[in-house]
Amino acid sequence: MATDTALRKHVEVSSPTRRIAMGLVFVLLGVITLLFFTRGITSDMRSTFGLNASGSITELPPWPVHSLTALYVITAFVLGAGAYQLVRGFKHRTNLILSLVVFAFVFGFLVWAAADKSLNLAGLVSTTLSKAVPITFGALSGILCERAGVVNIGIEGMMLAGALVGALVGSVTQNLWLGLLAAMLMGMFMALIHAWLSIKYKVNQIVSGTVINIFATGLTSYISAKFLQSNEALNNPGLFQPFNIPGLVNIPFFGSILFRNNLFVYMLFIFLIVLQVALFNTRWGLRVRAVGEHPKAADTLGINVIRTRYLSVMLGGLMAGFGGAYFTLGSVGRFDEVMTAGRGFIGLAAMIFGNWTPFGSFGAGLLFGFADALATRLAILRIPIPSQFLLMAPYIATMIVLAGVVGRSQGPAADGVPYEKE
Amino acid sequence: MDKRPGEQSPDPRADAGQILLQEVTDPTPPKGKARRSYGRMVAIPLLAIFSGLVLGAIFIAVTSQEVYAAFGQSFGAGLREAWRTIATAYGALFSGSIGDPARIAAALSSGDSAEIRRAFNPFLESLVASTPYIFAGLGVALGFRAGVFNIGAEGQLFIGAATAAYAGYAIKGLPTIIHLPLAMLAGALGGAVWGFIPGWLKAKTGGHEVINTIMMNYIAFRLSDWLLTGPMKRPGSFNPISPTIEPSAMLPRFFGEPIRFHLGFFIALAMAYVVYWFLFKTTWGFDLRTVGANPFAAKYAGMNVSRNTIAAMALSGALCGMAGANEVLGVNYNLAMAFSSGYGFDAIALALLGNSHPAGVVLASLLFGTLRNGATRMQVTSNVPIDIISILQAVILAFIAAPAIIRTIYRLRAPSKTEGAVTLSSWGGNK
Repeated sequence: MATDTALRKHVEVSSPTRRIAMGLVFVLLGVITLLFFTRGITSDMRSTFGLNASGSITELPPWPVHSLTALYVITAFVLGAGAYQLVRGFKHRTNLILSLVVFAFVFGFLVWAAADKSLNLAGLVSTTLSKAVPITFGALSGILCERAGVVNIGIEGMMLAGALVGALVGSVTQNLWLGLLAAMLMGMFMALIHAWLSIKYKVNQIVSGTVINIFATGLTSYISAKFLQSNEALNNPGLFQPFNIPGLVNIPFFGSILFRNNLFVYMLFIFLIVLQVALFNTRWGLRVRAVGEHPKAADTLGINVIRTRYLSVMLGGLMAGFGGAYFTLGSVGRFDEVMTAGRGFIGLAAMIFGNWTPFGSFGAGLLFGFADALATRLAILRIPIPSQFLLMAPYIATMIVLAGVVGRSQGPAADGVPYEKE
Repeated sequence: MDKRPGEQSPDPRADAGQILLQEVTDPTPPKGKARRSYGRMVAIPLLAIFSGLVLGAIFIAVTSQEVYAAFGQSFGAGLREAWRTIATAYGALFSGSIGDPARIAAALSSGDSAEIRRAFNPFLESLVASTPYIFAGLGVALGFRAGVFNIGAEGQLFIGAATAAYAGYAIKGLPTIIHLPLAMLAGALGGAVWGFIPGWLKAKTGGHEVINTIMMNYIAFRLSDWLLTGPMKRPGSFNPISPTIEPSAMLPRFFGEPIRFHLGFFIALAMAYVVYWFLFKTTWGFDLRTVGANPFAAKYAGMNVSRNTIAAMALSGALCGMAGANEVLGVNYNLAMAFSSGYGFDAIALALLGNSHPAGVVLASLLFGTLRNGATRMQVTSNVPIDIISILQAVILAFIAAPAIIRTIYRLRAPSKTEGAVTLSSWGGNK
């Protein structure tokens, strides 16, 4: 199975049409950089980047970049990569080069946006990270479910339910940890409903996910309207405060971005690593993936397909509940109706974008979080692009990836198919 | 049956012709049997609705502080209070959605025509609330019949509303007889475009329509955000709201103010008939249903699967777009931000509740519209938040989708044939 998937990916990447499509995309990005980003930029302009996130311990001086030179370097790199891709092809390094090219392009955009102005790069990266946290938790939830072959579009609902219960229990007990625990259990409970409907009763998994979403929206709004709004004491759980990782926080630039966060960010890193290793380097992970790719073969080998699916879906719910708690206990400090605002669905997109891998979807989460973070700063930078278009970008990008124009993401083969033992 | 491992159906290509032959030559069942299966078809939805209402009642009682206080006094008092709470809430739901019987009687005996209209207004308001549900439910049901899962009704509705609003206020000086159909058509077209894109992507690249329609939903939200703060913003207004549409584009209302009952309801009923006729009485409709039932058999029979998939998504989107146009042209007279409240997901519930049949969808829409309208009043009079409706809908949907639960509760016999379920192919394009 694993070799089959690997083989399939290899073929996908090195197919000539895909190679040329990818090369054309590189060239297109280079041309955009050259034509649009250099417009109106004169040779005496400098883009100044601030390198200190709030509360930095090791202060760095601002970094002035000569705008035009930087843009030409970026154009040369992107066009060069495009030309090589068209002629020879990067083969198995294509994805790596793609991320470098996208990174360069985004940097070019920032150079253009900050020309003759100053932009706090560290602040932007820091906001990106915090916006990426709930998205990535949503994606991890999706990965756990879908690797075992259960489609989960109810992530949004599971997160919302977790957010409410986290705030409620956190407020009543005045204990954030109990709130977090309750949020995780609530996410798990919602996932149990999803698993029960879709595994035991073989309900279409999209329908079952829709049930979760409608139910969670109704339940949380009901409780919020009936109890939380009239009684502030029930909706005041407090927040997990950021704390420094000693030593590491002194690293310039990255220190204050990565090592001065609250529990949720550190736990995200831990979950990411654990899940990546568990899925691809342990017996448990192999079983989960086998169940998702070819349940019948897995069953023949003595793996309990039903139990594996139940467990994976419930772990997924746990992860969604954790992500939901981020809203109330890690970011806002209170519950508002429908406060997840589609983050669960973006998480789903990030999962697809990241090709159903934890690290991949974290990368996608960062990209989506970056669009989100930048959208709030467009007005300040006086960039003539409506912020809504920037906010659309993640969705459009996901559709493009799903269409297989630029690399193709490949889901588990038995995703969405109920297992029927014969 | 001999199944290939990991596949949901027997190797489809091998016996595709046979399946098609079965489809076409399947003899109609004898009359008595048909009637029995008809009864069973209605029993599950009715029991699901009933169970949903019972669970909703329990939920209302469980979340009422007064009930707990009464249980503190004595068990009997607690039960009485619980009953009183439920009765008040559902009573308000009923009088808010159908009308207060006492008031109707008083109005009829007084003979004052304005008073009679007002007494019947809750019922008419329920019809107003049902109208967009009918359109959107029909859209999703048409998709189901053709084998596509349109989860993007919400986005198509938004775009349809935006295009209808634009046609409604930007075009001036036309008579109603031209302007109104034009604005309605604009809405249908907007929705059709929004449905066409995921349909085309599914047919040409294999990208799953569920993901693509979810993405299209969010693109539609952002787009209408932009439209309302930019190009379509009402001049001189600080709120994100479009200009008021021309009177010539408004759907006529039948009774004087404040009764909002308008022509849209009848257009919706007409569309239900059109969809029925299209699906079950035309060749093209037969093609669509065959593609939905078995794409391989359809292909084998020479039908163009891609074209039918695209057409189904576009038509489904057009109907959802008409739902948005109906709200703009008949109720709001302008486009405002986030005017739609989850019609998209509700539409899925409607299509399933109505068994993807136009008549069933109309009945289900009337139920949901009535519930939603009544809940507004329930919120005011008995302090039960309107969101109870979403909980009811979710529970009803779960029961409809898993009839085995209902059968276990009410000890019904299992059907002889396994029920046809909406199947779902894998994500990410296995063309």
